[in-house]
Amino acid sequence: MKYTKDHEWLRVDGDLVVVGITQHAATALGDVVFVELPEVETVVAEGDEVCVIESVKAASDILAPVDGEIVEVNEKLADSPSLVNEDPQGAAWFFKMKLDDLSVLDDLMDEDEYNELIG
Amino acid sequence: MGARVTENLLRLGLHDLHVALGGKMVPFAGHEMPVQYPAGVMKEHLHTRVAAGLFDVSHMGQVILQPRDSYESVALALETLMPVDVLGVAQGRQRYGLFTNETGGILDDLMFANRGDHVFVVVNAACKAADIAHMTAHLSGVAEVIPVTDRGLLALQGPQAETALARLVPGAAAMRFMDVAILPWAGVDLWISRSGYTGEDGYEVSVPYAQLEAFARALLDQPEVMPIGLGARDSLRLEAGLCLYGHDIDTTTSPVEAGLVWAIQKARKAGGARAGGFPGATRILDELANGPERLRVGLLPEGRVPMREHTDLFADDATPVGQVTSGGFGPSVAAPIAMGYVATAFATIGTRLEGDVRGKRQPVTVASTPFQPTTYKR
Repeated sequence: MKYTKDHEWLRVDGDLVVVGITQHAATALGDVVFVELPEVETVVAEGDEVCVIESVKAASDILAPVDGEIVEVNEKLADSPSLVNEDPQGAAWFFKMKLDDLSVLDDLMDEDEYNELIG
Repeated sequence: MGARVTENLLRLGLHDLHVALGGKMVPFAGHEMPVQYPAGVMKEHLHTRVAAGLFDVSHMGQVILQPRDSYESVALALETLMPVDVLGVAQGRQRYGLFTNETGGILDDLMFANRGDHVFVVVNAACKAADIAHMTAHLSGVAEVIPVTDRGLLALQGPQAETALARLVPGAAAMRFMDVAILPWAGVDLWISRSGYTGEDGYEVSVPYAQLEAFARALLDQPEVMPIGLGARDSLRLEAGLCLYGHDIDTTTSPVEAGLVWAIQKARKAGGARAGGFPGATRILDELANGPERLRVGLLPEGRVPMREHTDLFADDATPVGQVTSGGFGPSVAAPIAMGYVATAFATIGTRLEGDVRGKRQPVTVASTPFQPTTYKR
């Protein structure tokens, strides 16, 4: 698993990359009540706002962690947004991306580096 | 003293207890207060609706108006600041009040109580200094305006609040909604009102700082009671349709626009025994007679997308007819809820509007408040 400074995780699944938010981020957001997912087949650039998470406290953007194309979204989150609190690093993945070059993941943090970031 | 200053934020008497309970401390109106505990906003909210929640609201302002001459002269002077019947409040009773300005806007909303030989006032934290200055400027001739700085304030709210508090303070059970009483606990005088701001039955209790933590711990030891942060306090009051000063009401909104006509008693309206004579009376009495241009309404967004504060509301064209002033998710309603102001023509319950959420129009219906039935013990 790889991590970004925006508290997202990326996991390689075949030739795709699965993206979600970390346990640390889910805890900080609080109870999630709504997730707005991106459209599939959307081509995104790193830093683009692709999802919105609404918690009881506030709305937060999920940014595209790398350049690529959104090829699948986790429809379960539309009906069960609380999955994000229950299993953020498993069942509550947000979307899958197709990347031109998986080697961009090498620039992201590994688990130890991420744990150091969140202290 | 109950306070110490850290990075320009006041830490009040229960700071260490909040931290020990795992409270997430955030800046709020110049104070460092718990926004939530480990249970989280949703669980804290739902617990308050079925059992009892303990809130630290020590950041709010407590003020005594001690008459120089007679209680009546202070009550009448207070009526020059509020469109409220102050004189008619019986001893041992509390009432909701509003300081208005010369243009009929609201300077603050507050609670005041007739405690026999003086008036006890509780005001919002963010307005505390301004309110004290306002009262000092206008009431000093008839009363000594005394900020109460040696007491914290707790709210115990929920259907089991009476059971929990009465174990410690048996006399609390006999109180009715908006009663006030001074009752003993462990040799201390507690200033208790049967009120709150969650839509639930419950109490607010003013406690000397020296005994505040012991009293809070005694309440938390009761099986019904859980500590609740400001996050759930906000969602609870929103479900109850109650205004948050600085959001749903401010210096531009009149009490009539805000739907707070119930807070203006007959004695202060046209034809009443003491009609008018408060700041902004011209606008407020005119709006009472002819209707205001806009009204605060409840709003139920369709679907699951919350409509937050500042969301513009539209009827059928590109010109907004109103705006959301408070909005979020109602844990007990299990749906997004909001309130806001709309032009009077669109304020009828059932009117369908659209809110602009991140550039997308989302349907929303004007609804009656409270969203969640209140359970005050009248």
